[in-house]
Amino acid sequence: MALNHKRKVMAAAGIAALSLTTAACGSSSTNDPAAQASADTTDYSDWCSMKSELTGKTVSIYTSIVTPEDASHKASYKAFEDCTGVKINYEGDKDFEKNLPQRAQSGNLPDVAFIPQPGLLQTMVDTGKAIPASKTVGDEVDKYFGADWRKYGSVDGTLYAAPLGANVKSFVWYSPKTFKAKGYTVPTTWDELMSLTAKIAADDPGAKPWCAGFGSGVATGWVGTDWVEDVLLRTAGPEVYDQWVNHEIKFNDPKVADALAKVGAILKDPKYTNGGFGAPSTIATTTFQDGGQPILKNKCYMHRQASFYASNWPKGTKVAEDGDVWAFYLPSVDASSKPFLGGGEFVATFRDAPEVKAFAAFLASPDWANAKAKATTNGGWVSANKGLDVKNLVSPIDQKSAEILQDPKAVFRFDGSDMMPSAVGAGTFWSQMTNWVKGQDDKTTLDNIEQSWPAN
Amino acid sequence: MFATSVATITAAGTASKLGTMVLGLAVFAVVFVGILLFASLFKGRVGEKVQAVAFVGPTLLFISIALIYPAILTIRRAFYDGKFFDLNFGSLRSRGKFVGFENFQLLWTTPGLPEVFRNTVFWVVLVPFLATAFGLLYATLIDRARGEAAAKALIFLPMAISMVGATLIWKFVYFYNGDPGSNQTGLLNAIITKLGMDPVDFVGNAPGNTFALIAIMIWIQAGFAMTVLSAAIKAIPDEIIEAAKLDGVSGLKMFRFVTLPSIRSSVIVVLTTIAIATLKAFDIVQASSGGKLGDSVLANEFYNRSFVTQQPGLGAAIAIVIFLLVMPIIVFNVIQFRKDA
Repeated sequence: MALNHKRKVMAAAGIAALSLTTAACGSSSTNDPAAQASADTTDYSDWCSMKSELTGKTVSIYTSIVTPEDASHKASYKAFEDCTGVKINYEGDKDFEKNLPQRAQSGNLPDVAFIPQPGLLQTMVDTGKAIPASKTVGDEVDKYFGADWRKYGSVDGTLYAAPLGANVKSFVWYSPKTFKAKGYTVPTTWDELMSLTAKIAADDPGAKPWCAGFGSGVATGWVGTDWVEDVLLRTAGPEVYDQWVNHEIKFNDPKVADALAKVGAILKDPKYTNGGFGAPSTIATTTFQDGGQPILKNKCYMHRQASFYASNWPKGTKVAEDGDVWAFYLPSVDASSKPFLGGGEFVATFRDAPEVKAFAAFLASPDWANAKAKATTNGGWVSANKGLDVKNLVSPIDQKSAEILQDPKAVFRFDGSDMMPSAVGAGTFWSQMTNWVKGQDDKTTLDNIEQSWPAN
Repeated sequence: MFATSVATITAAGTASKLGTMVLGLAVFAVVFVGILLFASLFKGRVGEKVQAVAFVGPTLLFISIALIYPAILTIRRAFYDGKFFDLNFGSLRSRGKFVGFENFQLLWTTPGLPEVFRNTVFWVVLVPFLATAFGLLYATLIDRARGEAAAKALIFLPMAISMVGATLIWKFVYFYNGDPGSNQTGLLNAIITKLGMDPVDFVGNAPGNTFALIAIMIWIQAGFAMTVLSAAIKAIPDEIIEAAKLDGVSGLKMFRFVTLPSIRSSVIVVLTTIAIATLKAFDIVQASSGGKLGDSVLANEFYNRSFVTQQPGLGAAIAIVIFLLVMPIIVFNVIQFRKDA
């Protein structure tokens, strides 16, 4: 509070430049005119005509996308490389999230980083090394992504990073064949989902309606956070969801408790989970990759997981509406609203040079999105870029995801744990959800997470 | 950082890095020879002093830069909040605030951390004593037995496996399939179910999973204890053994009153070495569950808080606690060395 007051006094004194350095303290600060004014207004949209200026230059990229997914990324830059003569150096690292802040501190930053979490973007902006997006990138984001995505790529009102790839998390994987054979229909409301769950449990004693896996090494528990986010988005609505993510309501607010109870009614009921693995507590130790596999063995009927789960099905599995597996939209309370949870990466830049800015502009454009779609010959990639032609995506689930992402009526919310402070979003939220699924009660779980929220 | 650099190595990169390494070694050699030549210029009393400084000085300098300076920074870090590890970092928009002992308070108030202390106590007490006990028992049993070399190699082999590798091997041993009536592919559970009992989720449930992980560490460290203690047993002078035998001592009494007192200092070295290794070991926990199943230890939590959850102040506080816990072991070790000398 003292800081806010100080800032107001300064603004009154008209020392606009100083506000840049004092903006420091708050993550809650409002638009910063000084920072916005510094955005580069050079036009980079026509990068192809910049060959004389750019040729021979190098741009380094650092990402969490590793083999084999990196191949299609590298291929998608070819048009840019051919056109400008810029060489792109790609570096993938599984420990990207941990190493990027360290690299900022040791002065070893890449030119471009694909950041999968708005929270990490905030951290990188806090280092003072991130460069605000150029006007060209801002225009592309406004035109092709919309206000929601712009907000997630911005810190304190300044756009730093344009969205790159995206994924849709509000999916329930199931087997259309089995559903058809048993006469089940895809539920369109939460009540229908629960009655279908009860019906399956009663019909088939040899299997269970749901299967899940929270295991993911250090990140164990993230699947549980997605469940809570997805359900809260439905039961309390997007506004409450935003308040919860920003800690404007407490983590253990009754509305959150209600959502967790709804999740628990599925995940912690031994009649309903964990199909193919045993008791509900096995969810904690089952890896998320294995989590949905029992669907293929008819040990489990439904598995809530993001669009990217498509790549986890074994070779030869037909992922289609009439195939072995397919996904339906996790229904909302009623059919009138269709909020969905998702995630994605953002292109942050750390070097103020024309070749870096031209490349960032290229990545924000539909040209890149379509090139990437064509380069991804096995599927498993989608973008929220509205200029992306859905026909260029090869897999049906990617097409379905792209349609949801581009639907102007769909209410999109970013994965909340990716936006919360790391102590919660990559700490207690994960670990407490793991404890919860192993038997810890709802209240202790939410109270523990609330208690761990950083004070400032 | 290391992982990053490994990932970036390309063919060209390797060549240039090799060149840098060779250059570095050459510079090191030149400096080393230079110091030797410089020190040899001085003779007599002054010469001795110059030589002492010339030899000890660089070591002290490097220890100060690489060990003492970072240690001071870490201690300082423990009293600040903020997301970044290095407070001296120039252009941070959000600097750490001085928060006094708040980070140390967090050690007790953060959900999950008190259990980490409990687990660490289990590790530090159980691993050194059990590993040493197994090693000692084994060394005594196979001493001068037939096929001693082969028997030793057998128990020493786990030492050659990295902790991550060992953990992966044991994951297969502990593997649990909770689906009723399904086949158990984990070794232990396969045996248990064949005997007609229900399968057990060894690594899934706290606090039992801590003991399952401790067993891995003992498996690794017992070989080390065995090797050192076996050498110590062999070093006991034959006269003492013979004298004891003439006095009618044998079996357990021989072990208790002759063997054990003779190798006392070796046992202490082994105990303290394993205890320190245990306090620092985070690989096993990291590779099994990342410490997410109520089985974390201090070293793992230090890493987790410093780099994953971005609470470097809390991470530094944990590092200091580890340091304080290692301290008495080292002091004890030094006192023992003095006694023996």
